[in-house]
Amino acid sequence: MKVLVTVKEVAEVADDFEIEGTEVGERYLEYDLNEWDDYAVEEAVQLKEDGPAEEVVTVTIGPERAEETIRMALAKGADRAIRVWDDALAEAELLDVETKTNLLAAVVEEEDPDLVLTGVQSGDDNFGATGVSLADQIGFEWGAVVNALDYDHDEGVAHVHRELEGGVEELTDIQMPAVLTIQTGINEPRYASLRGIRQAQSKEIAPKTLADVGLDADAVESDLTLTSMYEPESESDVELFEGDASETAGRLAEVLREKGVAE
Amino acid sequence: MSSDVLAVAEHRRGEIRDVSYELITAGHHLANDTGGDLHLAVIGGDTERFGEDLNREGVDYVHTVSEGEEFNHDIYVQAVEALHAELDPEVVLMPNSVNGLDYAPAVANRLDIPLATDAVGVDYDGGLTVTREMYGSKVETTVEVGGDQQAVTIRGAEWPAAEGVGDAEIAEFDADIDTDVGSTVTGFEEVGSGDVDISEADFIVSIGRGIEEEENLPLIEDLVEALDATLASSRPIVDNGWLPKNRQVGQSGKVVTPKVYLAIGISGAVQHVAGMKGSDTIVAVNTDPNAPIFDIADYGIVGDLFEVVPELIEEFE
Ligand SMILES: Cc1cc2nc3c(=O)[nH]c(=O)nc-3n(C[C@H](O)[C@H](O)[C@H](O)COP(=O)(O)OP(=O)(O)OC[C@H]3O[C@@H](n4cnc5c(N)ncnc54)[C@H](O)[C@@H]3O)c2cc1C
Repeated sequence: MKVLVTVKEVAEVADDFEIEGTEVGERYLEYDLNEWDDYAVEEAVQLKEDGPAEEVVTVTIGPERAEETIRMALAKGADRAIRVWDDALAEAELLDVETKTNLLAAVVEEEDPDLVLTGVQSGDDNFGATGVSLADQIGFEWGAVVNALDYDHDEGVAHVHRELEGGVEELTDIQMPAVLTIQTGINEPRYASLRGIRQAQSKEIAPKTLADVGLDADAVESDLTLTSMYEPESESDVELFEGDASETAGRLAEVLREKGVAE
Repeated sequence: MSSDVLAVAEHRRGEIRDVSYELITAGHHLANDTGGDLHLAVIGGDTERFGEDLNREGVDYVHTVSEGEEFNHDIYVQAVEALHAELDPEVVLMPNSVNGLDYAPAVANRLDIPLATDAVGVDYDGGLTVTREMYGSKVETTVEVGGDQQAVTIRGAEWPAAEGVGDAEIAEFDADIDTDVGSTVTGFEEVGSGDVDISEADFIVSIGRGIEEEENLPLIEDLVEALDATLASSRPIVDNGWLPKNRQVGQSGKVVTPKVYLAIGISGAVQHVAGMKGSDTIVAVNTDPNAPIFDIADYGIVGDLFEVVPELIEEFE
């Protein structure tokens, strides 16, 4: 079986930052592998190590800079990578769910995987929707927020746990082929070994344009337009303790005594 | 032009979930602006009882679809698709719950309408505008959602729950659903019971990713001992296996309501806050002055936990 893992490079915002127009200033951003995708990559690599998967391919929508992140996934055991990008994508301000669905569906068509793993959500734009939308587009079954996977190759069924709210898990059987959106905690993502990092250097990252995957610039046209970005107005009336660590700890100690929870 | 609003309720194990009443409030607000009716759908389970229960002020119609006991995304997608075809609403509202995440994107894709998820605000003024957060709640954005019809999932606990009995028309909707589906729910499992019940604790010291490494856990345990408090954590600590699942506070963990909740190195992500915002007093220690946790804290220290915690231990030893 072939497993396709969507891997996203996400931006994290520094403690202090400025907003320029409808963007956070580039110099306040740091890029990293999306937390949820890290678990998805690990799950795929484990499927390969345990037998059922023959090949793990990653797909990323992102600029050349994203290759650093992609190499991390390759170093952890993915076999090869695909990266889709071109000018039309670079100009788009907001890649909405539909756009990402179209692009990824085109890659699925080419790669013909049996299982697609995505992260539950991405840490930057936080749509939490691409995996399920993709599943519907390509006619796969799906499961969202999966925190345990037991794949039964003979039956063609993925036995999964979906993590609902309030400490309840739903046990679900999902027919293959399927898209699963992976929740953190499903496994323990490995660190890339030095050997893995070295090997990753020689693995293929295939850059592709929209045209390469059979799409034109229309595929990037979004119905969602970002019209403003701002720091949320805080209704907070937090009392901040000033001073060095010993002074602030002293004030905190007073509060804890006042509230009667510590002596 | 269509202008009605369709909102899809959520239930689990025989109970309507709170987000359904919040959807009514958001939907009512929106329907006022679009000048249309608010239609509510409830799919599966004890639809007769659910229908009555969902008849709150502001609801014009409740459509019940009697198919299946529990949530099943294949059935939900078909039911909403059929209702959409029948009612032709301007906006479909769904919850941004775990189950919402499991069917709303498929609904939007199948109907070929734009989707905006995790809305904390919805407004309509000839067009739909949604307010959402990005970068772990550090920034808020407004997004115009184009197209003639749209789908939106709304964040839980952002709108007050609708109350008061309404005078909605409640009727069964016959949705001609193909029940030969590819996903089957086989059961439920409770997780996270164990030695301590953090939901009973009066004083919680809760730690997050700011503690960086498992090797730093003993420092926190010393603090917990000096304060005679109960230790809890955000999700990454549990994901890393540093603490058992029954210590996790949040949407997928436990809801806690202590007298004092001391959050150390926790950013205050919405799924964490869902589990602790009911605490009497919230205190946060965080190096980032913009961390969202400070928006809900009563007291705060903008500082390094590795400096503050040892000092605090000293205060109580
Ligand atoms: C469906 C779903 C369900 C979820 N359920 C839960 C849940 O139940 N509970 C939960 O907690 N999360 C849950 N999450 C995850 C949630 O979105 C966040 O990822 C998580 O809460 C972040 O945890 P954190 O605050 O510890 O880490 P981070 O967000 O990484 O925050 C770490 C904080 O530590 C601060 N810090 C760093 N170093 C120091 C230092 N030396 N001193 C002081 N401060 C420091 C940083 O400034 C930062 O604010 C869920 C997510 C999803 C998608």
